[in-house]
Amino acid sequence: MATTPAEQSLGVKPAQNRGLWAIAARRLLRRPKAVIAIALLAILYASGIFANVIAPYDYNHQDVTQVRQAPSTQHLLGTDYIGRDIFSRLVFSMRTSLILTVVSVITGTLLIGLILGLLAGYYGRWVDTLISRVGEVFMAFPHIFLMIIIAATIRPRVLDMIRNFEDSTGITGLVRWGIVDYLVVFGALAAFSWVGMARLVRGQILYLKETQFVDAARASGASVWRIMVVHLLPNALPPIIVAVSLGFGSVAAAEATLSFLGIGIQPPIPSLGRMIGEGQNLTILRNQPWIILPPVIVLMVIIFAWNLLGDALNDVLNPRTR
Amino acid sequence: MGVYIVRRLLWLPFLLLIVSFITFTLGFYGPGDPAEVRLGTRATPEAVAQQRKQMGLDRPFLVQYGDYVWRALHSDLGESYSFRGRTVWELVEPKLIVSAQLMGAALLISLLIGIPLGLLAAIKQGTWIDTALVSFALFFNALPVFLTAPFLVLVFVLRLHLFPASGWYGLFHPAIVLPLLVLSLPEVAVYVRYTRASALEVVSQDYVRTARSKGLPEFVVQTRHVLRNALIPIITTAGLSLAGLVSGAVIIELLFGIPGVGNLALTAVSQRDYPVVMGTTLMGATAFVVANLIADILYAVADPRIRYR
Repeated sequence: MATTPAEQSLGVKPAQNRGLWAIAARRLLRRPKAVIAIALLAILYASGIFANVIAPYDYNHQDVTQVRQAPSTQHLLGTDYIGRDIFSRLVFSMRTSLILTVVSVITGTLLIGLILGLLAGYYGRWVDTLISRVGEVFMAFPHIFLMIIIAATIRPRVLDMIRNFEDSTGITGLVRWGIVDYLVVFGALAAFSWVGMARLVRGQILYLKETQFVDAARASGASVWRIMVVHLLPNALPPIIVAVSLGFGSVAAAEATLSFLGIGIQPPIPSLGRMIGEGQNLTILRNQPWIILPPVIVLMVIIFAWNLLGDALNDVLNPRTR
Repeated sequence: MGVYIVRRLLWLPFLLLIVSFITFTLGFYGPGDPAEVRLGTRATPEAVAQQRKQMGLDRPFLVQYGDYVWRALHSDLGESYSFRGRTVWELVEPKLIVSAQLMGAALLISLLIGIPLGLLAAIKQGTWIDTALVSFALFFNALPVFLTAPFLVLVFVLRLHLFPASGWYGLFHPAIVLPLLVLSLPEVAVYVRYTRASALEVVSQDYVRTARSKGLPEFVVQTRHVLRNALIPIITTAGLSLAGLVSGAVIIELLFGIPGVGNLALTAVSQRDYPVVMGTTLMGATAFVVANLIADILYAVADPRIRYR
């Protein structure tokens, strides 16, 4: 294919065979805020993934001779009230946050929300009524109360279940590994995070299913499944992607809130919320700010980066709403 | 319109019934024995059994739930398990007033600051003012209050000694400044974003172009044509933002030692005081649903184009 002189002089290839998504990705990477957001998230989450390599100490290693030490070359961010290395705890907490947000967003927000929204939007009538009403109930619960109640009441049940499972199968270490905390926090987060997504998808589908290309697909004998997956979903994706990006930030915030209140992730597993909760008093703030400020700043950056990415994605994918 | 309001009001009891059922079930199968909570850990098993019978806890689940609903309908939310002889309403009422003041003031402040800033960002679209305001909004969006609080406390309490660190002395005491500020910031961010988006939407409408082309001064166009129409969707946002305000208030009350409903609910959950947990949850749900109903009605009043079926 011939290239125009302008393209030759700029040394760029003609935009051929490039799909909608490739164009969107290119536009995204041309935005400084998107690049900043992606870089921040990559650095933070990479340090979480490689926590065991990066951390100089074990996150639970207590050194009673080194209590409340100020940052030094030995302890980059100092030590906490029982002599644990703050930096090591921080990177391991990022791992906890990463696992929980990714699992919750993918299974809770994305999977449940997407499927229920698709069903409600496509089938309408009683399916729609049922899903919308259930969603309304969950929205009417003050989120924080629902999360607190779920986290506080289902923990012993889940613990029993896992213990029985360990006994009957011979698999050990699940409880010690903190699988209970993950399940409890995930349950509390998923309980409300699907509603917004389901509504968004439902609205998109209601509009899309009246379009001519869906009529055409139906007329040519496409199955319901095919219409949903091939025709409806890809066209509904742009706002969904934006919502997921923003969802990551708010789920990370909600997870930290639960742990902050002491009903999310339990010690000895490190979590950002827990670290903030333990450091949240005036004496520490006045005399040892390095105990509380690092997890606070890291969490702020995580939430801000997801918001920033969501905003940049919104610019690229939904240009009308700018 | 009237039919719509009635329908929404009729849905409220059902909603509360479902919310109460979920809370009751979670509490029923949750940890802790209310009789033990009442008697303390050193009570004999016989005494606990006796107490359970007395409290009606030996009855089947559905009977207990039915009983709870029946009493709640007669405005009796039961007695607290951990505060002996105090009814739930006695415990909640004084805290409700504190929390309502806190949240009402925060809502007012965030509206009064957020809407003008959002309009400013829209008017100055593309300039550095717009960028700064949008960045501010993005930063504080969904930011939990326990992240901003440490910085503000560090600066205003520990360095500048401007305010006390905690306590509740009513709405007109310096101690309220920090909690209100921390609680309002994320809400301000919400209103900046929504007002800006809404104003930009209105600016591109035909009637704004008409207003300009018939020679109206820019100020009149902005106030009479843009502002008034841009504010309508904000009403809905205000109703929905109550959920975020409640979550924020719970933690603010904990952080700053404010005796509100949030603090009470947190204590109740940790003490397995389920009647109090249920009472506070039901009140929160009622407040949220009623607030959104009011927002929807105001929306219809403000915008005659809206027709509810």
